[in-house]
Amino acid sequence: MVIPEEHTLIYDGTFDGFLTGVFHIYELKLQTVIFQKPENLQESLFGNKVEITTDLEKADRVWKGIKSKTSAKGSYRLYSAFLSEQPQIETLLLKYIQQAFKSSRPIDSDFSNETVLKVSQIAKSVGREKHRMEAFVRFRLTNDGIYFASVEPDFDVLPLISKHFKSRYADQKWIIYDLKRGYGLYYDLEKVELMQLSLPEGFDATKTKSDYFTASELEFQTLWQDYFESTNIASRKNMKLHVQHVPKRYWKYLSEKLR
Amino acid sequence: MSFERTQEKLKILADAAKYDVSCASSGSNRSNTNKGLGDATGMGICHSYTEDGRCVSLLKILLTNYCIFDCAYCVTRKSNDIKRAAFQVQEVVDLTINFYRRNYIEGLFLSSGIFKSADYTMERLVAVAKKLRLEENFNGYIHLKSIPGASDELMKEAGLYADRLSVNIEIPTKEGLKLLAPEKNREDFIKPMIKVKNEIIQYQSEKKIIKSTPKFAPAGQSTQMIIGASGESDQQIMWTSNYFYKKFNLKRVYYSGYIPISYDSRLPQIGTDVPMLRENRLYQTDWLMRFYGFEVHEILNNEHQNLDLDVDPKLGWALRNMDFFPVDVNKADKLMLARIPGLGMKSVYKIIQARQFRKLNWDHLKRMGVALNRAKYFLVCDSRDFERRDLTGPQLKSIILQNSTSKYQTILSPQLNLFG
Ligand code: SF4
Repeated sequence: MVIPEEHTLIYDGTFDGFLTGVFHIYELKLQTVIFQKPENLQESLFGNKVEITTDLEKADRVWKGIKSKTSAKGSYRLYSAFLSEQPQIETLLLKYIQQAFKSSRPIDSDFSNETVLKVSQIAKSVGREKHRMEAFVRFRLTNDGIYFASVEPDFDVLPLISKHFKSRYADQKWIIYDLKRGYGLYYDLEKVELMQLSLPEGFDATKTKSDYFTASELEFQTLWQDYFESTNIASRKNMKLHVQHVPKRYWKYLSEKLR
Repeated sequence: MSFERTQEKLKILADAAKYDVSCASSGSNRSNTNKGLGDATGMGICHSYTEDGRCVSLLKILLTNYCIFDCAYCVTRKSNDIKRAAFQVQEVVDLTINFYRRNYIEGLFLSSGIFKSADYTMERLVAVAKKLRLEENFNGYIHLKSIPGASDELMKEAGLYADRLSVNIEIPTKEGLKLLAPEKNREDFIKPMIKVKNEIIQYQSEKKIIKSTPKFAPAGQSTQMIIGASGESDQQIMWTSNYFYKKFNLKRVYYSGYIPISYDSRLPQIGTDVPMLRENRLYQTDWLMRFYGFEVHEILNNEHQNLDLDVDPKLGWALRNMDFFPVDVNKADKLMLARIPGLGMKSVYKIIQARQFRKLNWDHLKRMGVALNRAKYFLVCDSRDFERRDLTGPQLKSIILQNSTSKYQTILSPQLNLFG
């Protein structure tokens, strides 16, 4: 009996890196595979280690292949699920891709298939986080004339919200910065780019200090807070429902909650 | 803009506007043009939620709360002793733009008390929308209240700049209106509605020929009724609603449980509970009419003038029509699936897609997230296991209520999952 050798693919954690890995799996006909990122590489691994160098061309070929075997929704779900950063998400997605390639028709509406179901559930929670960010981002106008917002999303959703903000705020410069992952989106009136900031020491994202923000910024925050308070109808108060819609972990970035 | 004065006005005029429940900002198709500000193509986002769990998506304010009318159910009524204020057109524009740029809101919902005359008021509402569109190149969402009695010309202009127009009919019956707002008559509400409806129809036919026809109220019209202020039955409310949906192609009708605001003897007294559960049942019925293929008379008729409070209207209908069940999920068409209690439209679509791959059994349904606790009594699937007892409606009702006490005893808000 031949025991299939276990391969550990070490990749850079990007989606393109993952797709490049998938390319190798098919090219080398690898059987048992685990994906690992260099930062959480485990020492006691048996088997064969393969370092994957992200290759956009190969990634693109795989992505095109996936797209030809799934609906637009299906490939979007796959990408969203990847952004969940859940442990061993790569294994699940690989399984999904393998099944999609094997099947003669798109599997992504086969909701009684466990892999499909799991991917769509994870994609759904990522989608929920995306919507929350689109709703809960609060811009503040900096002294440089840039509308700045900081966030700490549960999943890596900035790539998913870029288009939404670009088409909405086409005539203002803005930055949406993910404090947790240390990168942001910057729109310069032309295009959106990824960027990294070296935030000043002791920078508190929840404070609106005049060192960074315009004088009128606090006034608008106050007006908005007033507005928010006056929308409440006391005889209908239901805090449980409120917290269900606006979970407490998001409060520190919401201007209306900073009183 | 003087900060203190604006602050004072905003407090008064937001407070006065909050009783208008409509918060919808979806249904439009206005996209960003010429790299301007904003985009109203999507679903409409709730940017926050009030402490009673309602969606905050628009800056909802009155232009003024001065009013020459004295409608008993309204806080703004002339005889009420409250602080009054009025915004300048430019103030509303500045607030809207600055809130929008900070991603606080999807747009503006502007209503007003009637000062001087209907046209005078409507003219100012239109001026705000016009300024936002033409001077600020604003493509966010604008909802304007049509002031009852406003002229056709003004309504036409309003539609060119607003995404949605609405007239609140407020009181579901003519008799109720006579009692509570004797100075108003129903024709005044209906006239602007007809105008807007006709303009929308005309826009749609012209659009087919000339692509560049300016948009006319792309998110349509809506209205609101106050529930529980004039002793009306659910049947009267929903038949009125159905009439307005059909006759004026309304996009939405909103139902707002009356919040006691005065000691007027014609109205429920202060301290009376807001009929929230009833409100929720009405929204559910509205949903059944619009998305589930139900006719209003199937749910409310002379034998059934009021909705059950202990079960939702779909379950109520099923219990009165047991001969329609059980439904076979592997065969039934969409409309029949949609009638199974406990099944939302999302589940219906999932079932239709998934059953092309294989016959579905209980396990499949469960894994797909179909809520079976109620549905299981009403369906059969690829399994020999199903409800065999020949239960009558009342028997089944008591079984279901026993198994889900908590769910039916908590008071639901209208914005909760309607058929969760
Ligand atoms: S006309 Fe409108 S604002 Fe004035 S009292 Fe009547 S309902 Fe209120």
